[in-house]
Amino acid sequence: MTTAALSAVLLSVPLLSAPYDLLTRLVGLWSDGLGWIGERLGIAMLEYVFMHHALLVGALIAVMAPLIGTFLVHRQLALIGDALAHTAFAGVAVGLFVNSLLGTGISPYVTAIVVAVIAALAIELISETTDAYNDVSMAIVLSTGFALGAVLISLNTGGLAVGINQYLFGNLSTVSRENAVLLVVLFAVVALVVTVTYKQLLYVTFDETAARVAGVNVPWYNRLMTTLTALVVVGAMQIMGVILVAAMLVVPVAAAAQLARGFREALLASVVLAQIAVLVGITLSFRYNTTAGGTIVLVAVGVYVAAVLAGKVQSRRAGDGAPVAEE
Amino acid sequence: MSRESAPTDAGDDAPLVEARDLTFGYAAAPVVEDVDLRVERGEYVGIVGPNGSGKSTLLRLLLGLHEPDSGSAELLGRPARAFAERERVGYVAQDVTEDEKRMPITVSEVVLMGRFPHAGFGRVTAADRDRAREALRTVGIEHLADRKITALSGGQRQRTYIARALAGEAELLVLDEPTVGVDAESVEAFFELLDGLVADGMTVLLVEHDIGAVIEHASRVVCLNREAYFDGDPVEFADSDALDRAYGTNVRREEGGIVT
Repeated sequence: MTTAALSAVLLSVPLLSAPYDLLTRLVGLWSDGLGWIGERLGIAMLEYVFMHHALLVGALIAVMAPLIGTFLVHRQLALIGDALAHTAFAGVAVGLFVNSLLGTGISPYVTAIVVAVIAALAIELISETTDAYNDVSMAIVLSTGFALGAVLISLNTGGLAVGINQYLFGNLSTVSRENAVLLVVLFAVVALVVTVTYKQLLYVTFDETAARVAGVNVPWYNRLMTTLTALVVVGAMQIMGVILVAAMLVVPVAAAAQLARGFREALLASVVLAQIAVLVGITLSFRYNTTAGGTIVLVAVGVYVAAVLAGKVQSRRAGDGAPVAEE
Repeated sequence: MSRESAPTDAGDDAPLVEARDLTFGYAAAPVVEDVDLRVERGEYVGIVGPNGSGKSTLLRLLLGLHEPDSGSAELLGRPARAFAERERVGYVAQDVTEDEKRMPITVSEVVLMGRFPHAGFGRVTAADRDRAREALRTVGIEHLADRKITALSGGQRQRTYIARALAGEAELLVLDEPTVGVDAESVEAFFELLDGLVADGMTVLLVEHDIGAVIEHASRVVCLNREAYFDGDPVEFADSDALDRAYGTNVRREEGGIVT
């Protein structure tokens, strides 16, 4: 795996090698723990180290994706995740292309992060100058990214086309320890930034004009939000695949919105529902040898349908759906 | 920029809002032209005018959301664009009663946003929550604190946004057509609430299509159609021909909602 090169880069910087070693050890501990549990309870899935990594990465994705997704969905920006995922695919292609051209070993996930973040800032720039998020320009970014990726890959047909499925549809078995460490770092960044800027992000999400009047630097937070989205999308891509990664930003959030009254409640509910979808999805995918991303999304959609039904029952019982009478 | 030589101080005696020769247009033609407006502490100013007369744009200029093409807009003695003490101004927007966004958020979470400029990147404290609850009490919807905002009526939602401004300890309340989509009975109660806040020392700047309500409640009326056609006492305004000049015809005057 080319991610070995990433760890080589990380380790070459002395300041980074200590925390990297620590994280590697932590991931190792997680793996040992799950292995021990699997042995005790006789769970076949937990006999494999790659499954330990997959479960860790899955759990982290199931926190990050709905966390960012909640802010996106309630600004009606659900499409942005899709657009960034498809440009991230172009980033993967760039990485593979450069590697085959120059014989380097750059991780395609690193080039994917770079390209997706550039695309995120480009989308923001377009929306700032045209003064509106525009689903047409978003669709153009999405198609351009995917087309660019497809063309770059076809330029190198032969050895390259083989590895493409893993990026398009995701793959559990290729989650290495290095990938898991990368995910932990991404998770820490996303969680920290959202914790610090929660109030500002909520204000902008709820009422952009009032946020501007209240002195919130709205363009800055929009850029921050799309950049975080790019990070989450690339982080989740390995398991979910380019095509389905955006579903994790949207489906658990939509399900939570059916059940929650408050925003904090909705955030929490979306994370819980995403965890269920990921855990059940990965288990089913292992058991029946199905693709992980697709299985997780199908479970998530099942959870969404259940939430819609539960929400209907709940609102009928509480009379919460209708406006409250003036008192 | 300003014609006056000495910059005004942001002290307590400075006008809360001051516009001089304010001109602005989205395209070539100005939407707001040569408007002078000065709002002193404790005033209750109602801005009326036909649709598309630049009322909302004027508010946005005064709030510093647009850069004026010429002239100046000042908030509490500072240029509106650079104004930093944002928590001193509360804003209730035009479209808040629209229901298309089904975002899950409770009334108390919305009101707590009024404390966000005070908290910055820090944590929201128990004192912040107390103040938010007190604001809810002031506008009379404390019992709705844990309701989802989309489950409220238009009138209740307007009260929520006013409570948000009160929680932020706003000294100036700026409202853009707050009664759109609110039923007649709630509109009356809403204006009574504003009267009460003004009596307690709040300064109110209101854009409103219901001219009758403005004449009845506001202490001053500004009639706008790109330029200011009238600025003064509501009773004088009702007797003047400013409305006819601003709206163009007598027929429109009936539609405008003047009752007796």
